[in-house]
Amino acid sequence: MNRLARRNVLNTIMLSLTGVCTLLTTSVLFIILGFLVWNGWRSLDLNFFTKLPLSPGELGSGMANAIVGSAVVILISIAIGVPVGFFGGIYLAEFGGKTMPMLIRYTADLLNGVPSIVIGIFAWTIIVVPMHRFSAWAGGFALSLMMIPIGLRATEQFLRAVPNSLREGSLALGASRARTIASVVVPAAKQGILTGLILGVARIAGETAPLLFTSLNNQFWATRLGEPTATLPVMIFTHAISPYDDWHRQAWAAGLVLLVLVFVANIAARWVLSRGISAQRG
Amino acid sequence: MSTAVMAAPPRSRARKYLFRMINGDQVAHLVTLVFAASVFLVTALLVYELWVHSEPSRAKFGLSFLWRRTWDPVAAEFGAWPFIYGTVLTSILALLISVPLGVGAAIFLAELAPPRLSNACTFLVELLAAVPSVIYGLLALFTLVPLLRSPVEPFLKHTLGFLPWFQGPAYGVGYLAAALILAIMTFPFIISISRESLLAVPREQREAALALGATQWESTWKVIVPHARLGITGSIFLALARALGETMAVTMVIGNNTSVNASLLAPGYTIAAVIANEFTEATDNVHLSSLVELGLVLFALTMVLNGLAQLLIIATAGKGSKQA
Repeated sequence: MNRLARRNVLNTIMLSLTGVCTLLTTSVLFIILGFLVWNGWRSLDLNFFTKLPLSPGELGSGMANAIVGSAVVILISIAIGVPVGFFGGIYLAEFGGKTMPMLIRYTADLLNGVPSIVIGIFAWTIIVVPMHRFSAWAGGFALSLMMIPIGLRATEQFLRAVPNSLREGSLALGASRARTIASVVVPAAKQGILTGLILGVARIAGETAPLLFTSLNNQFWATRLGEPTATLPVMIFTHAISPYDDWHRQAWAAGLVLLVLVFVANIAARWVLSRGISAQRG
Repeated sequence: MSTAVMAAPPRSRARKYLFRMINGDQVAHLVTLVFAASVFLVTALLVYELWVHSEPSRAKFGLSFLWRRTWDPVAAEFGAWPFIYGTVLTSILALLISVPLGVGAAIFLAELAPPRLSNACTFLVELLAAVPSVIYGLLALFTLVPLLRSPVEPFLKHTLGFLPWFQGPAYGVGYLAAALILAIMTFPFIISISRESLLAVPREQREAALALGATQWESTWKVIVPHARLGITGSIFLALARALGETMAVTMVIGNNTSVNASLLAPGYTIAAVIANEFTEATDNVHLSSLVELGLVLFALTMVLNGLAQLLIIATAGKGSKQA
């Protein structure tokens, strides 16, 4: 009886401990949000979105160039990463024999696990070194490398989820394989593929390390894609490690903006996916 | 790939082939193959470029680069040991914290929580995984570091100061701060993957244990968790790989000190942090190639861990589906 009581006590203790673990881990998110909103909201004003960064001490400083720069770098990486991820995913799911897809899947996983700073070095060696300058191109290329594995695997996964009967139906009607993929298979999986794209963008939007020595930073507007370009994550980094209080406030404001963007993208991806699933069921 | 064609009578094969060409099947195949193969080529190129650009450093220091302790850009003497030490130390410390927390939370979410609560919490945890690392760094720098500097580290020194790990001045920044922020950054991975593998354990296992008179904890700890152990181990390896390669958050709180220190309170350095800090400032060829070689070392470390993690996760997934 004593032994049973002990086992029951242990049961209660350990199960409550797992609950405590959950509480601790999930509360971290609210702590992060709380600090960012508390510190960021106070420093966020219209100037942040419309003005250039100024020297510490000057009023009305903003990060307009970094916001535009981030958008530019992300657009470049979408332009490179999405075609590779999308068509590569089609190859993995629809064409391909045995060894080739396996090899590509393996390297995609490998690429996905490469530390972001190493991606930065790579982009530096093949773009910054030959061009002799830091540029938005190099930053966009580095980020696209982080996006490709996500897009590739998402496309493959959701294409595979399309029932074979749809393909067979289309082929039986006399459509070619390419036509079947373009008109039947991909449309059936479009929600999933879109989710993969949004998640990929959400992942790269906050990446800092690959940009440190590819797109570098810029206190002014970058007029061309071949110039050093300011981005929000790098701005947060340089402002946060500076010794100035008003730069710290700018960093908090930028952090809040970036986090909101990333969360909105994540929630949007989830929403698109859930809508797709319910539409297929209904 | 071409079952429809194979099924056709051989007489019309030539015409069929022409037909397919016109419809672009071969073209589509080729185009998608080129895109897919570019993933492979670019990864191979990455390894090649790291290897080539680290040549001056490899030529000068050889393998001893890995255990040399000096990092002196002025004298052009470079060794990786302080950074390897810092990287491994902070990552392992981080996992000592995040593994119990993460596995505990995964058990709660998979075994105890009602599905709605479990899904809601998993969603929150996945959002946590999406927070950019520079934001973790920002928070760590302005909230965690001051907290460590004033009450926590003096307290540690006061109570555990006789141990070599808790000595020296309390700067706030250092191995401990980096390990704590890495712990927070890694547990989302542990939770979501461990939860998946716990959920993949067949119901019968749990019912059998309960029918034999086990308490819920006993059935969880002695039956369910061992059943899912490969997946859980895989999640830990994955988290470790993430921690080793993590750059921004660590760079902001590690303290940037190239000496090797036993004390956890001391400022240190990690591989990723030194690359982030010194890469744009390196003018000397040997300095630059030493940084690239550090990148190569980091790449090799994470690749081995990722490979192991993938194998373990695949192994559990295979097992679960076989028994389902």
